Amino acid sequence: MRSIAHSFKDNAKAALADPQLRRALDNIKTGFITKRAAAAARLPEFEALRDAARDIKNHTLDHLDLYLERYAENVQAGGGHVHWCATAEDARAAVLEICRRAGAKTVTKGKSMISEEIALNDYLEANGITPVETDLGEYIIQLRHEPPSHIIAPAVHLTKDAIEADFRKAHPQFPKDRPLSEPRHLVDEARQVLRSRFLAADVGITGANFLIAETGSSVIVTNEGNGDLTQVIPKVHIVVASLEKVIPNLYDLSTILRVLARSATGQEFTTYTTVSSGPKRPEDPDGPEEYHVILLDNGRSRMLGGEFREVLRCIRCGACMNHCPVYHAIGGHAYGWVYPGPIGAVLTPGLLGVEEAGALPNASTFCGRCESVCPMRIPLPKLMRHWREREFERHLTPAPVRYGLAAWAFLARRPALYHWLLGLEMRVLGALGRRKGRFAWLPFAGGWTRHRDFPAPQGRTFQSLWAERKTGGAP
Amino acid sequence: MPQDSPLESAYAPARVGLFVTCLVDAMRPSVGFAAVKLLEDAGCAVEVPRAQTCCGQPAYNSGDRADSQALARQTIEAFEGFDYVVAPSGSCAAMIREHYPALLAEDPAWSARAQHVAARTYELTSFLTDVRGVSALAARFEGTVTYHDGCSGLRELGVREQPRQLLASVRGLTLNEMRDSDVCCGFGGTFCVKFSDISNTMVSDKIDGIAKSGARTLLAGDLGCLLNMAGKLKRTGVPVEARHVAEVLAEMTDDPAIGEAAKD
Ligand code: SF4
Repeated sequence: MRSIAHSFKDNAKAALADPQLRRALDNIKTGFITKRAAAAARLPEFEALRDAARDIKNHTLDHLDLYLERYAENVQAGGGHVHWCATAEDARAAVLEICRRAGAKTVTKGKSMISEEIALNDYLEANGITPVETDLGEYIIQLRHEPPSHIIAPAVHLTKDAIEADFRKAHPQFPKDRPLSEPRHLVDEARQVLRSRFLAADVGITGANFLIAETGSSVIVTNEGNGDLTQVIPKVHIVVASLEKVIPNLYDLSTILRVLARSATGQEFTTYTTVSSGPKRPEDPDGPEEYHVILLDNGRSRMLGGEFREVLRCIRCGACMNHCPVYHAIGGHAYGWVYPGPIGAVLTPGLLGVEEAGALPNASTFCGRCESVCPMRIPLPKLMRHWREREFERHLTPAPVRYGLAAWAFLARRPALYHWLLGLEMRVLGALGRRKGRFAWLPFAGGWTRHRDFPAPQGRTFQSLWAERKTGGAP
Repeated sequence: MPQDSPLESAYAPARVGLFVTCLVDAMRPSVGFAAVKLLEDAGCAVEVPRAQTCCGQPAYNSGDRADSQALARQTIEAFEGFDYVVAPSGSCAAMIREHYPALLAEDPAWSARAQHVAARTYELTSFLTDVRGVSALAARFEGTVTYHDGCSGLRELGVREQPRQLLASVRGLTLNEMRDSDVCCGFGGTFCVKFSDISNTMVSDKIDGIAKSGARTLLAGDLGCLLNMAGKLKRTGVPVEARHVAEVLAEMTDDPAIGEAAKD
């Protein structure tokens, strides 16, 4: 997927002016948040589980080489193949080669953010292979030729009415007067359309929520069951996953699963949790004949050794964006690439470079709500601040900000001069603003006064009044 | 302590250095005097070191480590002799308490000094309740108020019940909670200027919740948030006045509210 993260400000402006998006976003503000809170409250050990989940991932990242090797050995022992891919390009090429060898014309796909990251659909289409998204949300945005706007709810930026209109246009085979106003109708219709596609597919591609080192398994969690049909019916199953998805064993899996769904949708568990461990064995009634894992790095090993390491604990639950007031204001597309919200603000500059995505970690008030709900306790605001530091060091911060900051810091580091100058300035501003109590406009403050008044200062600084009080003058 | 008795603390007197905060110093000194009154009533000897300016957040949050470290050292030097450091701001107190130690962790000469000051630093209302054991005040305020939780105070310092507990003791005062009192108002320091349009959507949402609470006065413990919300209330003509919580707790509400014209 091509990034437009560099034009974040313009993207955000457009999003803010979109009334349909505003309506759609209002829904997530309440739904996800109340459900997560209720799920967390129902489980007394929820906070302790968050600690345990964090520790499991920290341990794994400390020994990532070891666990990856063990994972790959076990996949091979089960008859599968592991393709180590350093870049998105390598990963796309590996998928295409497998599809070609299988003579594939259509591939069905379960939901996968890595597939978005490596822009797999466009690539397959350009090479004559038709990808069919089978997750309802992904299916909808594929119809619209749009990227996902949320990592677990890809079509959350759309209202029900908009989806109904898309379905009527895309499915002319059904009667015009059919009822489509309820979510249930939309699900049934998508199922009907997709059923034949499942059976016709030559290859099924899924993501993985987890890779299990001890058993060489991949694990997906879904609510629709589409992932299972994607990986069981076709004769070839390809898993696309990034390397930080590995965890040691199934016990660890059960611990992390207890925080994943609760954090994501407020469910105790997703409807389906599917563990697949390679191709069909002679005694199995069904399953794919071939099983491939595309193991993608794409910049992650670079993050492993540095200050952004903690972001590799992420399990893509979406809680951070569900609770982010900036995400609530602008939605996911404004972030300009695959990963929106606070996780995107940390991960995207790591994967694409801070030159491309530097605006993302700046577009935060550091309100800390993301960190307070992240099941893996990733200190997202701290990591966003680190990106700002990298920008500042490399002189990527805009010049007016740099000079303004330098002038302010020069004064703030000289208290006597600072107090004297501030005293003068506030007397002037206070006198000017006294009659109204506020300014509708001030020079150099357009960013503030475009949307709000600037309250006038009281006129004297605390320090000057305090000095008078100390020397006996009236405060 | 009876509900209506003037404040007296059974606790030993303490020397408190008031970290005024750059915004209170420049914009609203009356908040500083309200803080002094509350602290003195709670049995503290208050001093205001002249060598303080700003805690350094504008630099820190802009990625400028060198200047934020310099300001951290300046602040530490000014305050390390006190029993406690108190700020009428959750955000500045959190900067000193939570971030100075990390900022100076690799500086052997300063790391321990940063930790020493950090461990003694408190936001005003939580200092009064948690450290000085104040549970009720003698203040009176006729009116309905609503309280906005500043993000840093709430999530970094755990300030939530403390101001509400103190407000509950103010005679004549009714607290009407707004919806989502814990959601950011969109200030975020330089954020509100750099991402002015996003900030505007956030503060508009906030104002809507404030208006619907039915309160006539908005209170908060951070002047940054208050300037943002008051500026938006004024611009949109919502008839709610904004004040720092310390003004009400100290019964020092004679000055015009934030963004309000002088009375004469
Ligand atoms: S950063 Fe945390 S909250 Fe956000 S998606 Fe990842 S695990 Fe979930």
